[in-house]
Amino acid sequence: MVEKNHKMPISIHTEVPGAGHHGESKADAAIKMAAEGVDVYYGDKQALKNINLNIPECQVTALIGPSGCGKSTFLRCLNRMNDVVDGCRVEGSITMDGEDIYAKGIDVVHLRARIGMVFQKPNPFPKSVYDNVAYGPKIHGLASSRAEMDEIVFASLERAGLLGEVRDRLDAPGTGLSGGQQQRLCIARAIAVEPEVILMDEPCSALDPIATAKIEELIDELKENYTIIMVTHSMQQAARVSQKTAFFHLGELVEQGDTVDIFTRPKDERTKSYVTGRIG
Amino acid sequence: MKNEHIVHAYDKDLGRLESLIAEMGGLAEHQLADAAEALAKRDVQLARRVIETDARIDALEKQVDDFTIRALALRQPMADDLRAIIVALKVAANLERIGDYAKNIAKRTLTLSTMDPVGNAAASVQRMSRQVQGMIQGVLDAYAQGDIAKADDVRLRDEEVDLMHTSLFRELLTYMLEDPHNITACTHLLFVAKNVERIGDHVTSIAEAVHFQVAGEMPAEERPKSDMTSTMGLEDD
Repeated sequence: MVEKNHKMPISIHTEVPGAGHHGESKADAAIKMAAEGVDVYYGDKQALKNINLNIPECQVTALIGPSGCGKSTFLRCLNRMNDVVDGCRVEGSITMDGEDIYAKGIDVVHLRARIGMVFQKPNPFPKSVYDNVAYGPKIHGLASSRAEMDEIVFASLERAGLLGEVRDRLDAPGTGLSGGQQQRLCIARAIAVEPEVILMDEPCSALDPIATAKIEELIDELKENYTIIMVTHSMQQAARVSQKTAFFHLGELVEQGDTVDIFTRPKDERTKSYVTGRIG
Repeated sequence: MKNEHIVHAYDKDLGRLESLIAEMGGLAEHQLADAAEALAKRDVQLARRVIETDARIDALEKQVDDFTIRALALRQPMADDLRAIIVALKVAANLERIGDYAKNIAKRTLTLSTMDPVGNAAASVQRMSRQVQGMIQGVLDAYAQGDIAKADDVRLRDEEVDLMHTSLFRELLTYMLEDPHNITACTHLLFVAKNVERIGDHVTSIAEAVHFQVAGEMPAEERPKSDMTSTMGLEDD
């Protein structure tokens, strides 16, 4: 009749179901983009060394690391932005849906429509709000009538969380908007051409905290439909918005994994030093 | 030696937190030792001092709470810093409970000192208490040194406390069966024994927290448990 008394072990770190409205990373997510053995050189200088990274579909992947670590270089390889940099050489393989994006015969303009980009400083064209968004669909021939174009522009502004604020000033210059609005305009411009992947290079570093929060909220919504890869200097931002994090250091991909693991129990000493703000 | 933070005040905060825990732990261990000694020697004065001193542990816990809240808000800790801060909070809560149990033993000692002693029960409690004091020392060392092996060792030593508790429980039942006049004193002693056993559980919980702080995950194995008092009836005898 004497039984062992089984108590539940006390646990203080296990995942709480439903915690974090930004969503846990999905283990079974399909791979949207993959880098294999990627080396990048600027002339004789090697900027990236043997990068292997899978980008899961419809999730946010954050690239973090100190200045000069190669994270922006890597981001720019993903839509061949480095093609136009003199002396830049990309080796290894980068694929989207299994297809080599550096293969001969790939239409780079078309590729960049599928892989949109948002930059650090909002850079709207010196055109009206409407024309900023309509520009991409126009050159890619996505609309055959004014009504269709209206639909694309309104839908894109809506998705970028900007429509309510600019509905009455669609003809006003895009450069007259506030910094945060300009950045959302650039996001609207990027999604107007129906990309599959959106690259963001420090999209909030020029914005105040409220505009930053709006962009982060937007990123969280956008990941339902788009695969997002973001370079950020703010570790808190990476922790808040991403599901996967990759840490770059001196041109190497040091550690990658679920964001929650990178920020609570990183394996590599260099990652640990960086995320805790120590001198590495 | 760990790398320093770029912001030096951060290192200072974490260091202060560690020394608060060390102070609290030392005090909690001392309180248990004094409470057990007061019981064994029927020392009312010592028991009163234990009761008064508990307020100091409570005050230290409040300081740890304030510190951790401040650190979480101002530093947004990550990785091992985050674990250090969460673990400090958890360790402090456990130490505070240990203090409460010691205080309760002292209160019962005041009552028991007005009654006839029952067999060797008080001495058995003190033996059990020494085992637990050793565990507290061990877990504080493990915490201070970030020594996972030491923490795991402490965790396993709780089984011995369980065994001592079970045997003391039996002993007290026997005294009560022998003479119903013993029942009041024995009931208090049962609570005293249970308090010491619970302190052992809190030490175990601290050991698990230290393991978590160092390794980033809880110890995998279920620890052996031998407290059988919950299922013990008279027919056992």
